[in-house]
Amino acid sequence: MLRYIGKRFLYMLLSLWVIATLTFVMMHLAPGGPFASEKKLPPQIIANLEAHYNLDKPLPVQYALYMKNLIMFDLGPSIKSEARDVNGILADGFPVSAQLGLEAMAVAVLAGLIMGIIASLRHNRLPDYTVMFLAVVGLAVPSFVLAPLFQKYFGLEWELLPIAGWGSFEDSILPAIALAFTPLALMTRLMRSSMLEVLGQDYIRTARAKGLSPSRVITRHAIRNAILPAITIVGPLAVDIITGSFVIEKIFSIPGIGKYFVDSIFNRDYSVIMGVTVFYSALLLLVNLLVDIAYTWVDPRIKIGGRGAN
Amino acid sequence: MKKGKWTGRISAILIAFSLVFTAACGGGGSDQGKGSEELAEEQVLNVGRIKSEPPSLDPATATDQMSSTILNQLMEGLTRIDAEGNPHPAVAEKWEVSEDGKEITFHLRKDAKWSNGDPVTAHDFEYAWKRVLDPKMKPPADYAYQLYYLKNGEKYNQGKAKAEDVGVKAVDDHTLKVELEQPAPYFVALTSFYTLFPVNKKVAEENDKWATEADTYVGNGPFKLKTWEHDAKIELVKNEHYWGAKDVKLTQLNFPFIGEAQTGYQQFKSRKLDEGDSIIIPPDLTKKGLESGEIKSQKQPAVYFYMFNVEKKPFNNKKIRRAFALAIDRKSIVENVTQGGQVPATGFVPWGIPDFVAEKDWVETRDDYLPEKAQPEEAKKLLEEGMKEEGFDKLPAVTIDYNTDEGHKKIAEAIQQMWKKNLGVDVKLRNSEWQVYLDKTKAGDFQVGRLGWLPDYIDPMTFMDMWVTGGGNNDTRFSHKEYDALIKKAKSTADQKVRMEAMHKAEDILMDEMPIAPIYFYTDLYMEQDYVKGVVRNPDKSVYFRDAYILEH
Repeated sequence: MLRYIGKRFLYMLLSLWVIATLTFVMMHLAPGGPFASEKKLPPQIIANLEAHYNLDKPLPVQYALYMKNLIMFDLGPSIKSEARDVNGILADGFPVSAQLGLEAMAVAVLAGLIMGIIASLRHNRLPDYTVMFLAVVGLAVPSFVLAPLFQKYFGLEWELLPIAGWGSFEDSILPAIALAFTPLALMTRLMRSSMLEVLGQDYIRTARAKGLSPSRVITRHAIRNAILPAITIVGPLAVDIITGSFVIEKIFSIPGIGKYFVDSIFNRDYSVIMGVTVFYSALLLLVNLLVDIAYTWVDPRIKIGGRGAN
Repeated sequence: MKKGKWTGRISAILIAFSLVFTAACGGGGSDQGKGSEELAEEQVLNVGRIKSEPPSLDPATATDQMSSTILNQLMEGLTRIDAEGNPHPAVAEKWEVSEDGKEITFHLRKDAKWSNGDPVTAHDFEYAWKRVLDPKMKPPADYAYQLYYLKNGEKYNQGKAKAEDVGVKAVDDHTLKVELEQPAPYFVALTSFYTLFPVNKKVAEENDKWATEADTYVGNGPFKLKTWEHDAKIELVKNEHYWGAKDVKLTQLNFPFIGEAQTGYQQFKSRKLDEGDSIIIPPDLTKKGLESGEIKSQKQPAVYFYMFNVEKKPFNNKKIRRAFALAIDRKSIVENVTQGGQVPATGFVPWGIPDFVAEKDWVETRDDYLPEKAQPEEAKKLLEEGMKEEGFDKLPAVTIDYNTDEGHKKIAEAIQQMWKKNLGVDVKLRNSEWQVYLDKTKAGDFQVGRLGWLPDYIDPMTFMDMWVTGGGNNDTRFSHKEYDALIKKAKSTADQKVRMEAMHKAEDILMDEMPIAPIYFYTDLYMEQDYVKGVVRNPDKSVYFRDAYILEH
C-alpha cells in the first residue's frame, strides 16, 4: 500500500511538471501580452515593465526561473494586481473556495444518498417521482441559472438569506446549494439505481426470508452494498464542484480563487495563470489519489498495487 | 369579453391617475416635506462601483477605473476638477502660470496633512512625481507618460536624464515649481489626476509595500483606508487629519466587490447599496431603467468609433471611406442597439470637451461633419466614384474586426446590415479576444475595427494628437502633413485662441479624410437612492464622495 502511494505520488509530481510546462508554453504562444491596452503605452514604458517581470529574457531562461521559483513554492508577483503576489492570492482565496466546496460536497453527498435511498424504497410512488423530478431539474438546469433564481426568491422576495458577499455562514448557504445541485442530482440518481439493483438481489431476499427486520435488511445489507458505486463518483463530483465554483463565486461575489482562473487568462497575467493552474492541478490529482485509496478501504475486493489481485 | 376589456381600460386609467398623483405628491414631499432634509443618523454609504479587486492603490501604478474610484477618496492632488473640467484649489491654494506657459508655481495650503498626521509638503509631490518617472521603480509605472509634460520627464523615464534634471522642484515646504517641455494649458487640471497625487516620502521609503494593505496605507484625502479584505471589500472611514474634515459628513464608505451586475442590481433594489455605476446595471435593464428614471445618465466625453486601415484596400480611398461612414445610421444604433442614452457622433471630439475660447462645448462650436441618419444615395455615389478612382470592378472583400463582447457584436451586426442595405456591400464579421484584437490592430492586420476613446485630460488635444503620423495609438496608419503641422502648432503655444483654431482645423482635415468613422458619444450610467445627496460625478468618470451625505429615510 505504501509503495503504491509512493509511486502514485511520484506520478503526480511528473504530471504536475508536464502540466506546468505545457501551460507555460501555451501561455507564451497565445497572442497579446500583459501590458497591451486600449491606450498603448510608450515603448520605453513597456520595456521597463518587461525588464521588471523578467519578460525581456529568452523563454528558456524565463522557464528555468519559473521552475526554480516553483520548487521553492514561490509563485511570483501578480502582473495585473500590483498589490498582490500569487502565493497571497492563493492563501487568501483557497480557504474560501475550500469552505464553499466542502459545504457543497457535504450537501451533495449526504442529501444525494438520502434522497436516492428514499426514492428506491418508495419506488414508483410519489416520493420517488418527486425526487426524480428534482434530479432531472438538477441535471438539466445549470448552476448559473439556479443561482440568480435563488438570489431572487430566497434573497430578495422572501428575505431569508443574503444574496451576495462572504463572511458569515449564512452567506455560504445559497452558493453552496446552487453549487451542489448538479452533483446532488447525479448522486441521487446513482444511489437510487444502485439501491434498486441491490434490493432485487437474491441475498436480500434471503435476508428477508431469514426473518431480519426490514430496517436491518436495508441498513446492514442493502445500503452498505449499494453505497459503493455511489462513493466511486465522489472524485468526479469533487472535480465538478471545483470547476463549477468559478461561476458561482462570481455570481455571489465570493472572494475565492475561482474567478482568477478565467480572469488571469484574459489579462495575460502570466504568473497568476501558472500559479492557479499548478495549484488546481495539484488539487485534482490529490483528490483522485485519495479517491483511489478510499476505494480499497470501502471495498476490500479491490486490491491495489498487489500482484495477483483480481 | 367586452366588459373585461373596458374594466381593464378603466383600471389602467385609474392607475395612471393615481401614479401621476402620487408622483406629484411624492416629488413635492421629497423636496419640501418634513424631515426630508434632515441628515440620517448613520452616515455610512454603500457604493456599487467596484467589480473585483482593484489592481493597485498606489497612485503611481494605478491605471484603471476601480483603483481610481478608491484613490480619489483616499488621496488628493494639487487641484480638483469640476464638472466643466476647470481646476479648483485642493492641496494647492493658488498657482501662477508664466507668460510662455512653461512654468507653473503652485502654493500649497499649510494645513494639509497625511492620515498619519504628517504635514503634506511640496517635497511629497516632487518625490511622488519623480517616483512615477523613475525607470527603476518596482514595478515601473504604466502611466509614467502622464508626466512626460515635465521638462526632461520622458528622458528620465528612458534613462537618458537624471532625476535632478526633471522639471519639478520643491522650493520650500509649501511651494512647488514645475517646468514643462511645452506649454500645456491643461497641466493644472491634470494635477487632479491620480498619477500626479502626492506620496508620503517617509512612509514609501520605509516600506515599498505600504500601499498594499490597510494598516500601512497613508493618504491625504477626505477618507482613510480602514479595511482592505482582498477580493471581498474595501472600507473607508473619515480621515480626521484631512484639512477639510469639517465638511466631510460621511463617517464610512463601503465598497463591496460586486462581481455580477445582476447581483449588484438586486442589492441596490434591496437597499444594500446606496449608489453605483454601470457595474451594478445589467445592460438589458438599461433602457427600461432610463425611461423610468431609476437609472440616470450623464454625458461622458468619450467617443466610440470605427477605424479604417488606410493602407488596406478598399479603404486606401478617401471616397470609399466616406461612403462607408455615411452609410452608418448612427441614430438607429443609439436608439435600437446601445440604448444607454448615447448620442450619435457627428464629429470626432465628443461632447463634454470645452472649446476654451468660445467657452462652449466643443461640439457646439463646429458644424456636423456627419449626418445622424444614414445617407444612402450620397454614400452609393461616393462608393462608385471611389471604385472608379481605384479601378475596382468589384469591391474587395471587407471584414469588420471587433473584440469579443456582446455590445460590440450587436453594433457590428447592425453596421453589417446597414452597409448591406445602404451600399449593397456584403461584409464579414470577425471577433477576437481582447488581447488578440489589440495585437491585430496594432500590427495593421485589419480593414475596419472598433475602438473607444476616453480622455486623459479635459482638452480636445487628448483626442486630436492620437492621429499624427506614427502616433502610438494611430492604428489607421493615417498620415497627413498639414494635420501633423496643426497639432504641432497647437502643442507649442499657450495661446488658447491659436490652440483651439489649430485643433478645429485639424478636426476638419480628419473628418474630410475620414480614417475613422465616429459612431456615438458615451454616457455614464449611475443609480443612487433618493436619500443620497452630494455625490460629485465628473465627466471624466471620476467620482468624489467628499461632500456626499445621507438624508433621513
